[in-house]
Amino acid sequence: MSTLLEVEDVFVRFGVRNKSLFGSRLSIDAVSGVSLSIEAGKTYGIVGESGSGKTTLAQAVAGLHHASEGSIRYGDQELRGLPEAEFRPLRSEIVMMFQDPIGSLSPRLNIRALITEPFRIQGMKGKDLDAEANRLLKMVGLPAEFANRYPYQISGGQARRVGVARALALEPKLLIADEPTAGLDVSIQGEMLNLLARLQDELGLAIMIITHNLNVVRHITDKVGIMYLGKLVEEGPTEEVFANPQHPYTLALLAANPEPDPDAKLMRVELNGEPPSILRRPTGCEFHNRCPFVHSSCSTDIPKWTKAESGSFHRCHTPKIWENSGN
Amino acid sequence: MPDTNVLDVKNLSVSYSTPRGDLKALRNVSMAIGQKKIVGIVGESGCGKSTLISAIIRLMANNATVHSGEILFHNSNLLDFKEREMRALRGIDISMVFQDPMQTHNPVLTIGQQMIDIQYRDKLSKSKKRQRAAEMLSLVGIPDAQARLNQYPYEFSGGMRQRIAIAMALMAKPDLLIADEPTTALDATLEVQIIKRLEELQEEIGCSILFISHHLGVIAELCDEVVVMYAGEVVEQGSVRDVFHSPAHPYTAALLKCDPGHIKEKTRNLPTIPGEIPDLVDVPAGCIFQDRCSRKVPQCQVKRPLFEAVNEQHSVACHLNNKNADDSDHKEARG
Repeated sequence: MSTLLEVEDVFVRFGVRNKSLFGSRLSIDAVSGVSLSIEAGKTYGIVGESGSGKTTLAQAVAGLHHASEGSIRYGDQELRGLPEAEFRPLRSEIVMMFQDPIGSLSPRLNIRALITEPFRIQGMKGKDLDAEANRLLKMVGLPAEFANRYPYQISGGQARRVGVARALALEPKLLIADEPTAGLDVSIQGEMLNLLARLQDELGLAIMIITHNLNVVRHITDKVGIMYLGKLVEEGPTEEVFANPQHPYTLALLAANPEPDPDAKLMRVELNGEPPSILRRPTGCEFHNRCPFVHSSCSTDIPKWTKAESGSFHRCHTPKIWENSGN
Repeated sequence: MPDTNVLDVKNLSVSYSTPRGDLKALRNVSMAIGQKKIVGIVGESGCGKSTLISAIIRLMANNATVHSGEILFHNSNLLDFKEREMRALRGIDISMVFQDPMQTHNPVLTIGQQMIDIQYRDKLSKSKKRQRAAEMLSLVGIPDAQARLNQYPYEFSGGMRQRIAIAMALMAKPDLLIADEPTTALDATLEVQIIKRLEELQEEIGCSILFISHHLGVIAELCDEVVVMYAGEVVEQGSVRDVFHSPAHPYTAALLKCDPGHIKEKTRNLPTIPGEIPDLVDVPAGCIFQDRCSRKVPQCQVKRPLFEAVNEQHSVACHLNNKNADDSDHKEARG
């Protein structure tokens, strides 16, 4: 398989003003040294709590934020620092599907105008836009008469389909989907994920999916990265990470996933305290103040990105420590 | 039995007037919440969950009309209350936690100020109110509460903000807490934390909770009972164990089957419920779920199924439940 996107040691930094008027300017690393690669035609899932930098990372890849350091290679092109004018043609190949389905559609345009907007933006004047609108609606399983409707006349699930049609109008190679199923009930969520899987097979699309729904990640991704405080703490083939977690945070996430069975026997892993602020990153391992298996060197030594026997990578001094600690 | 319910919704019908005609958002909805019970509502978007909540707290859209029914809160009908009486009730006897913790709080006031402000009805000194606010914050598990009161919402994480929202909702020790998808914006570890905290607080304060969620796992874990809604009707209600283990309505069964949490083998083809919710401007005759039902019988097209008991704690509106359907035509409607 060929690598489509290679993210290497990427930082996304934002400046924040100190509280007092003349205070020094601080900066925060919303994304702090992330490396990952996405293969053509495969799905990569990013999981992590709100504020862990998932969306910022995705937006950096889509060229909506500037990466301060590192490299984002798409094919043989470096995306970091690319001026907007040179990035624009690439937006037909790397597309982003936003979180809020209705909010991301202009209320004043009808569905036809919305799904053919990408052609107009990319200046493809020769296209028969009506024919394109019909093709796209058919592709996402909506009736052709939807072209004349406005966003307020369609349901949330249908709006997501319109979002997919719009994102895929220009036949991209990489789709970045930010929480594509948040707020959907399970049946419509299933429809949405099946649609993405089908289109992936038909169009050979690579998908980067951001979500905190672990059930979604387990079924549709090939690889998964777990983010915490702007860093990946674990990454690997999805089945491997679910069956064989290395990092305590991954273990806690998996154990926290509520089962749809009132009699399920739950094995919870309690995390200590609160997620720390990225303004004051903990020393050593940044997870140490919440880790149930913390030991003395964790607060001083920074764990390296290490490859485990299972093929996953992790950032922990004592991976899988719970298997030898007797609980 | 009936007087021990904190909330009793009886045959509630609500519609919205739209340019296309009246959209019948709720039709003959009945449900009850017993004392100290946690009741969950599930159903797809558009099933009427939000209309039901807004009817209970009487914060309905301008184009909504209540056509029939009662909402009994401790046996008095909220629909007869004057706005002034309702206002005295909201936040004191019935309070709410909303979906998005990031937008619940005022960004330009400290958390302490906001928690003092919402006690405006109490004749306590400001320092007493502040003390109470701090107590509530520690109750929801926020360490160093006194100092935290001086901070602004942006200084708290999403999980903490949702717990602060819960602290504020529980400040007046309400009898009923309505939580509208309070965990959808949070990751799994924080979701579990919120659920645990809600369980503890419910025990401590002794309130009832109406909990709305898409997440069947959360409902299974937290709730005592579950109400399943479809296209503006309650199709099934019962104890979580009964409903999750032996769903009596084909819609409930299909919904449970769709949850990817149930599917152990990895699949790229997840089960769905084919079809769409019927047009509620022009409600079809017969069973509301017939178009999407895999177990449809001829009767479903002509007759609306009655809501009848499967056992003492479990009721369903489905013709299949009715073993000898022909004899039951003249049985009394649901009481």
